[in-house]
Amino acid sequence: MKSFVREFITQSRHVTQELRHRQLIQTALGKYEVKRDEKKAAFQNWPAARQAAAETKWEAINHLDQHLTDFARRLEARGTVVHWASTAETARDIILGIVRDSKARSIIKSKAMTAEEIHLNDALEHAGFEVVESDLGEYIVQLRKEAPYHIVFPAMHLTRGEISELFARELGSAPTESPEELTMIARRALRQKYITADVGITGANFAIAETGMISITENEGNARLTAALPKVMITLLGIEKILPRLEDLALFLPMLATAGAGQALTCYNSLYGGPRQPGESDGPEQYHVVLLDNRRTQLLADPEQRDALHCIRCGACLNVCPIYRNIGGHTYATTYSGPIGSVITPHLRGLQDWKHLSYASSLCGACTETCPVKIDLHHHLLQNRRNSARQKPSRTEKLTFKLAAVVMNRPRLYAIVKKMARLFQPLHKLVKGSRLDPAYAWTQTRDLPTVPDQSFKDWWRTRA
Amino acid sequence: MSAASYYMTITLFIPCFVDMMYPKVGISMVHILERLGHKINYPEELVCCGQPAFNSGYWDESRTVATKVLDRLKDAEAVVIASGSCGAMLKVFYPDLFAQTPQAQNAKNLASKCYEFSDFLANRLGVTDLGARFPAKVTFHDGCHGLRELGNKKPARALLAKVRELELIEMKDAETCCGFGGTFAAKFPMISTAMGEVKCASAFATGAEYIVSNDSSCLMQVQGLLDRQKNPVKTIHLAEILAQS
Amino acid sequence: MNEREAILARIREALTLTAGKPGAHGGGPGHHEPAVSPGPGSARQWLPVVGDSFEERIALFRANSAELKTDFYLLNTREELAKLLVELRDIEGWQRIGSHSGSLTQPACETLALPVCRTDGSYDVHELEKCDAGLTECDALIAQTGSVLVTSRSAGGRALSVLPPHHVVLARREQLLPDLPAAFELVKTKYSPNYPSFASLITGPSRTGDIERILVLGAHGPKKLTILCL
Ligand code: SF4
Repeated sequence: MKSFVREFITQSRHVTQELRHRQLIQTALGKYEVKRDEKKAAFQNWPAARQAAAETKWEAINHLDQHLTDFARRLEARGTVVHWASTAETARDIILGIVRDSKARSIIKSKAMTAEEIHLNDALEHAGFEVVESDLGEYIVQLRKEAPYHIVFPAMHLTRGEISELFARELGSAPTESPEELTMIARRALRQKYITADVGITGANFAIAETGMISITENEGNARLTAALPKVMITLLGIEKILPRLEDLALFLPMLATAGAGQALTCYNSLYGGPRQPGESDGPEQYHVVLLDNRRTQLLADPEQRDALHCIRCGACLNVCPIYRNIGGHTYATTYSGPIGSVITPHLRGLQDWKHLSYASSLCGACTETCPVKIDLHHHLLQNRRNSARQKPSRTEKLTFKLAAVVMNRPRLYAIVKKMARLFQPLHKLVKGSRLDPAYAWTQTRDLPTVPDQSFKDWWRTRA
Repeated sequence: MSAASYYMTITLFIPCFVDMMYPKVGISMVHILERLGHKINYPEELVCCGQPAFNSGYWDESRTVATKVLDRLKDAEAVVIASGSCGAMLKVFYPDLFAQTPQAQNAKNLASKCYEFSDFLANRLGVTDLGARFPAKVTFHDGCHGLRELGNKKPARALLAKVRELELIEMKDAETCCGFGGTFAAKFPMISTAMGEVKCASAFATGAEYIVSNDSSCLMQVQGLLDRQKNPVKTIHLAEILAQS
Repeated sequence: MNEREAILARIREALTLTAGKPGAHGGGPGHHEPAVSPGPGSARQWLPVVGDSFEERIALFRANSAELKTDFYLLNTREELAKLLVELRDIEGWQRIGSHSGSLTQPACETLALPVCRTDGSYDVHELEKCDAGLTECDALIAQTGSVLVTSRSAGGRALSVLPPHHVVLARREQLLPDLPAAFELVKTKYSPNYPSFASLITGPSRTGDIERILVLGAHGPKKLTILCL
């Protein structure tokens, strides 16, 4: 069996030592931070806005059954076909079925993390369909046959030089160092795809229960084209995307833009409520909405961590996470990376296989502090650790902590241990930093402080 | 120096690693609080707050240690903790650890009278000028637990502002984690080290001679890396600066 | 049980356990939970400030447009509008345009005297793709964000405002709204329950930062957005 943790350690060791990666990510996110702070400051009251957003999502998630049925009913009333999928497999089958029925050859896709989650592209390609990612970042990683590096900035790990080489190789374009020209190369390559695609697939940022609409946030216009030109449109979304009221968007759209990309508002925030209606000039003849569970209801059943379903996938917690910034998005080997990924992946894909992500954190709490919907992210990491240790404790660790408790609760014993540490210090010098060193994990890269002759307790006693 | 008109008995909690490796931090705290006229009570039999086991997910084992702390401290007037991290354990996580146990109320009561050292001085005692002098350029690193679990950003800076001849130069990303994270540092040493390197670089860029923090665990990480890099920048705990005259 | 019922049953089962309200844990004593009650129009008090007078609002819209790299013109007469359109046509060398019928677009098309691909009913996408500009009307302008609100009914469908490389919006002063809550209110009062199948808040020309987080305009949608407000 593949060991996810071993793979994670190997990969993180590799990436953390790549100084070029560190530099690239620090610079890219440094720009983001400046913009984000500027836009946050424009709010009259960001903390209150966060609290309101959190409460709105709480309301939505804690009455999910009601909101989902309203959402579906209203969409259906205007000619949309609503599908429900318990698992990734069901969702793939539903989408494959729609694509086959429409006798499609080519499919255009706009960015959708849920599609990554169910490995939709693989399934479609396997069935013989051509699928083209239209978001520039997604297009780049698709050409590289890679997963997105980040849920909002999929190609943040690449330099323009690398992208230029990629385009030259895959599209035969002339090499260029200009981001503008590179963007235009992709624009030209994708234009014809929109016009000829038979099916367009999108994700959704929000699902409005009150009006039966989905809301898509994007900067490039690719989702708008995907929703405008093909004759069949499919939206795949998780059941947790619900917002109760249309006006909730007045708060969520600017918060998503601010937290996610340091923008006051993303370029296009579009609502879709059905296929082309009578009297309308364009839009798909068929509109399908696929609601995906895929173990979200498991997370819902854990009231302690239920708020993880409030997530609006803004990516802010990734951006501020010092772990993410040092190990990079691919090291997680999950659809959702960063703090939110570390929290939810154990619920979505199994605690024992993915608990290492909850341990691979210094619990600094930068994620929780930044999350626009106030998900208690780093405390959930602690809870995942507790749950996994309860479910399947590691014998050595349990024993270590048992022994430690014995020592810590007996001052005499503790004094002896301290003395031994002091005695062994000169010996430690001989093996320090080598594989023989019991403290190798520390001393490989760091020095240890010298233990002074007198401890605090010793000193305190001299005063008595 | 503005002394509180009311003198209290302050119970000091010295975490194991401060006791063993950084006794000067504890000693400085005793000196400072005594100089202000308060009486120090130090329960010698307490060693550890139980955080390592707690953070690793072994809550039962953590509770074995924490119960003793809880029992011993429950009658204290005020508890001052010599580390933001252990402070967060007592103040924020004990209520979680003991939730739905007979000790739940005790944990909540204790939480309400626990203070990290700088928070205690500035907010509980209302003292920021301790008459200290420290002629050096320093930069301050916010320990994550003190900053985010306890919500203490200002006290340390208010205290440093009153130190004579001290120049505080804020580093970029002062609030970014140093990468220590307790057992994390040993479980994922490469990630922890990379985070520490980023921190050291930000601190170094300020040109400061000292990196100051109110958490010795962060300073152990930072100093460990600086020493390995043969970097002459030094780390020092806030209490040690405040005790200088 | 079908999938729908199975999912709903799991949700209902899960919700038998109640979850604490947000902010109930953590955050530290330094972080007090602000008292909020999200409800109709409540976002207004937290969102960026918008002035009360038309002058303040138009100034804000102008400032936002500048930051977004939208070309915004406030015009006083139909003649001014016509003159500006002709200038745009000549500078950019428009050969054909896309548009829909409307009280502002109609005269504009006549002024421009170019072949027009109309998107009032079914149209040929290939034709629209060849247009140099798309001329549309809109539902509203939003001062707070510098956005244009369009719907499939007000702006000639879904593609006209996104496919051609230059989107030109013709708007009226009365259409200027203060903020986002007002925009969503308008959508509701104007269309409910018979909503158009598409609505969009357009905030600046199409853009991307996907290459080294460097801003590039005109990723897939229009490179240029011009708003002419009468
Ligand atoms: S957890 Fe919060 S910060 Fe992270 S992606 Fe989700 S909403 Fe954004």
